[in-house]
Amino acid sequence: MKTAVIVFPGSNRDRDMFRALELVTGSRPQSIWHADATLPDVDLVVVPGGFSYGDYLRSGAIAARSPILKDLVAKAAQGVTVLGVCNGFQILTEAGLLPGALMRNAGLNFVCKEVLLETVTDATRFSLKFEKGQVWRCPVAHHDGNYFADADTLKALEDNGQVVFRYANGTNPNGSINDIAGIMNGAGNVLGMMPHPENLVEPLHGGTDGRLLFESLLSKAA
Amino acid sequence: MKARVTVTLKNGVLDPQGKAIEGALGGLGFDGVASVRQGKVFDVEMRHTEAAAAQAELAEICEKLLANTVIEDYAIELM
Repeated sequence: MKTAVIVFPGSNRDRDMFRALELVTGSRPQSIWHADATLPDVDLVVVPGGFSYGDYLRSGAIAARSPILKDLVAKAAQGVTVLGVCNGFQILTEAGLLPGALMRNAGLNFVCKEVLLETVTDATRFSLKFEKGQVWRCPVAHHDGNYFADADTLKALEDNGQVVFRYANGTNPNGSINDIAGIMNGAGNVLGMMPHPENLVEPLHGGTDGRLLFESLLSKAA
Repeated sequence: MKARVTVTLKNGVLDPQGKAIEGALGGLGFDGVASVRQGKVFDVEMRHTEAAAAQAELAEICEKLLANTVIEDYAIELM
């Protein structure tokens, strides 16, 4: 599986993502600078975590207007798989690739901890290696992870099976509506999530729960 | 031409920062405060000399960047 990671000024989880992707796919991801005009021909494009543009204006707002985003939107429309983690999720919502918005955490604090996630559906390319309803450990580290969407959008997300990951067992760290941790678009090829699966992929991390997400994508691409 | 753009959270969208300020004001003894909503102000200098043209471009600017219309409203004031 060929992969690429977009790097913005202020990205800081890009190398964690490189390492996780290389570990699971066996080949090194391409690093794509935000000012580039086109993405290479790959199976998966990842928008990583961090603080692109210092979170100026709104988290992800400036990055979502970067030159490379035009091509990301075009590639997503062609069906290329896109994964946004943390700041990447914020960027995908700001770019209109995913509905809703990520607001300041309800508790106002930056949260850096481990939460439990429930895989709501295993019928997606991002979650097919999980069991439906599986609860797994995953780290979070964010200040603006409080997912919000209006009632109609929320109902559509729930009814169409677009809510892929939910905070489980009362571990919602940010006040996110319906305990939403990760959603995908209607076509099923773009997923955004606040937690960091790339940070729980090898024993030295203290667990490998996050690997299943990358292995899902690998098996889909194979 | 100078303009002031104000971006505020839509009604019904939780504003935890506004709530925190509200709580702090209560703690300072300002009993007259019923509620606080926090927003952003942008002072923009436009090259336009015609108000209608400035207004139209600012509206597009708000829609495309200054406001996230999923959660925020904007108001444009030409000065």
